[in-house]
Amino acid sequence: MASTASYVETQSRSGAFWGLLVLGGLFMLAALGAFLYFEHNGHIVTGMDNQIVWGIPHVFAVFLIVAASGVLNVASIGSVFGKPVYKARAPLSGLLALAMMAGGLAVLAADLGRPDRLIVAMTHFNFKSIFALNMMFYSGFFAIVSAYLVTMMDRSLNDYSKVMGFLAFFWRLALTTATGSIFGFLIARTAYGSAIMAPMFIIYSFAYGLAAFLIVQGSMYAWNKVQLDEGVLTRMKNLLAVFIGAALYFTAVMHLTSLYFAKQIDYERFLLLDGGIHTTMFWLGQVVIGGIVPLALIFTAGRSQTRVIAASVLVVLGGLAQMYVTIVSGQAFPLEIFPGYAATSSFQDGIINVYSPTLGEFALGFGGIALAFLITVIAVRVLRFLPQDDFAALKAGND
Amino acid sequence: MSDNKDGVSRRGFLATSAAALGGIALAPGIRLVEIAAAKPDDEPVSSKVRWGMLIDTTRCQTGCTDCVSACNKENGLGEVTKPRTNAQWIRKIDLTDLKTDHALSLPMMCQHCANPPCVDVCPTGASFKRADGIVLVDRHTCIGCRYCMMACPYKARSFVHEPHTDQKPEVPRGQGCVEGCTLCVHRVDRGGTPACVEACAAAGHNAMMFGDLNNPESEISKRIREVKTTQVRADLKLDLGVRYEGI
Amino acid sequence: MRLLAIAVLWGLTLVPASAFMAFAAAHAAEPGRTPLPAIAITKPGQCVEPTDVMRRDHMKFLKHQRDLTVHEGVRSKQHSLNECIACHASPKTGSVLGEDGFCQSCHSYAAVKPDCWDCHQPKPGQKAATGVRP
Repeated sequence: MASTASYVETQSRSGAFWGLLVLGGLFMLAALGAFLYFEHNGHIVTGMDNQIVWGIPHVFAVFLIVAASGVLNVASIGSVFGKPVYKARAPLSGLLALAMMAGGLAVLAADLGRPDRLIVAMTHFNFKSIFALNMMFYSGFFAIVSAYLVTMMDRSLNDYSKVMGFLAFFWRLALTTATGSIFGFLIARTAYGSAIMAPMFIIYSFAYGLAAFLIVQGSMYAWNKVQLDEGVLTRMKNLLAVFIGAALYFTAVMHLTSLYFAKQIDYERFLLLDGGIHTTMFWLGQVVIGGIVPLALIFTAGRSQTRVIAASVLVVLGGLAQMYVTIVSGQAFPLEIFPGYAATSSFQDGIINVYSPTLGEFALGFGGIALAFLITVIAVRVLRFLPQDDFAALKAGND
Repeated sequence: MSDNKDGVSRRGFLATSAAALGGIALAPGIRLVEIAAAKPDDEPVSSKVRWGMLIDTTRCQTGCTDCVSACNKENGLGEVTKPRTNAQWIRKIDLTDLKTDHALSLPMMCQHCANPPCVDVCPTGASFKRADGIVLVDRHTCIGCRYCMMACPYKARSFVHEPHTDQKPEVPRGQGCVEGCTLCVHRVDRGGTPACVEACAAAGHNAMMFGDLNNPESEISKRIREVKTTQVRADLKLDLGVRYEGI
Repeated sequence: MRLLAIAVLWGLTLVPASAFMAFAAAHAAEPGRTPLPAIAITKPGQCVEPTDVMRRDHMKFLKHQRDLTVHEGVRSKQHSLNECIACHASPKTGSVLGEDGFCQSCHSYAAVKPDCWDCHQPKPGQKAATGVRP
């Protein structure tokens, strides 16, 4: 009975399943509350203002979107590059991609000044805007990854899964390029306006996506008391190490080139030396917690899956720190409208902008993660998303 | 091309004859009678005109905020009580040269770029440039994403952080949209000038001049031909409608 | 078999629908059940279009005019929202909103929520002075 077999994974832990739903639901409720609160009072009740226009919600949203495109890599390595170990993990990877993309977009939409006009955003396109282009990439992502999942999970359509895998792979590369370009195209601000943003975001997405995948996979295995094959673990953790290394490399290149241009020295001094929270977020958050410590953990992990998962959690935290640095620190540094002059005004010209996020903004951000979490938990329970090389054996044992 | 020339010279002729008729030019930059009549109400604006402004920083007084008050009053923005979240369409910036300590003061607002970054990045096309060069936000399609605020090199845009009920009938504005200097488009369309320019003249400073950059006979065009003027962040090549003199 | 199923489904949809319509028709004439909109015309005279056209299409005129004004600077009066307000604002409250306001009373009756008033001033006001162009 194939139809009942797919339920086997979580059937025995029904209480835990409902517990997870309640947990995710509570976070969703908090986010909904925050959304209605912002919507009713206006953004005056958030920490965002006319200088820091994008804050914590955007940190979470962009992280989720970038990680969503990266998590699909596991499937791509399976379908596009034909590695069977990854192929078995492709459905879970596709599911996570959809779930995290949905979570990120929900946060982004909930933070709009006029969320009631979402329909306007979908019917009026300025084709020159990289933001509008992103919206098209996001919608396309849902369609293509869903179709890809169907071709993987419906045996009669298996023949098409390779083609769809290719399409999904190229689509996600284009998508992350566009996401990075949201910042790359901002010529006015010292922190942005660099073409390296696009490839750098792709590398970031590889790392964050794989880390997110390893966390989910690890939890699922632990939950069902299945041991992950050592060979698989070694491969995936080494891949994560490569991605973390590449992310650090791109970060270094960006700041080194930036240091070379005299006009950007002030910003680099601010970020790297005396920016307070921003300097901490960069060095401690992005570099140490998100890069060096996870690398050390992975190389000393041996057979320990716990260490790999710990490293993955740190990569995710480092990723959030990186988004904070990219989004918030980039705005905190004053815009240089009159180079060579010291400026003061009633509109905070010439000063480092302070941002104190409120609880509601965090609630909104965590709501995005909760949405992705709920979609994953429910989908894994009702359909056969878990890696079938290991879970098929479990199922056979239970039957 | 020859048509255009004719038009120009005809306008020039009218200008000289108007001035000659009563010697109505009071002072540089101020005249009692308009040279060109306001466009009829039912006519769309034309790209033959490009509205612009010239700000003489040598005349702008440090500490004077008459242009800011006039803007707040005209557009119903109210006093700035919360400087981080209140809308500020125009602000006074005090500058000190880091090397020479030379100090100057100037008003900063939307520069009405010919190639505006806010229009490029706006996902819905709510940020747009009118045919006559005025850069506006269509609040009916603005979704409040604030990408234009990220993109503007002059921090010329504000986000409406709170609900409002005290709007001026001619200047609708409300929570959740981004807004900025409209060059007092509701006045300009009826043949008038922006409120800030008027206030500056009323204060006797005459540091702000408004006019048609496309018309070589306009006061502003003549002045720009005569003196060295600056476009702020000229390195970005945005072709600004607002020029500064004395920086 | 399939046809039968379709027929049953249609039947299931139509029965409550027709019941509702009969109910609505029976109660439509009943006075007092639903408050009728208070359309008080305090400034009698000819509206910019015939009444039946305005009732059906005022939103089309407004939307068309809105785009012309915002994007092209057309400021003709015929279909301008501010002109509607100038004529239809209640002499008591000075507004087109409020329980008996010209816009709101009808829109509550029709259960249509326009978002004009998030930004537009529902009370008429003096036009600003234009200043003199040099």
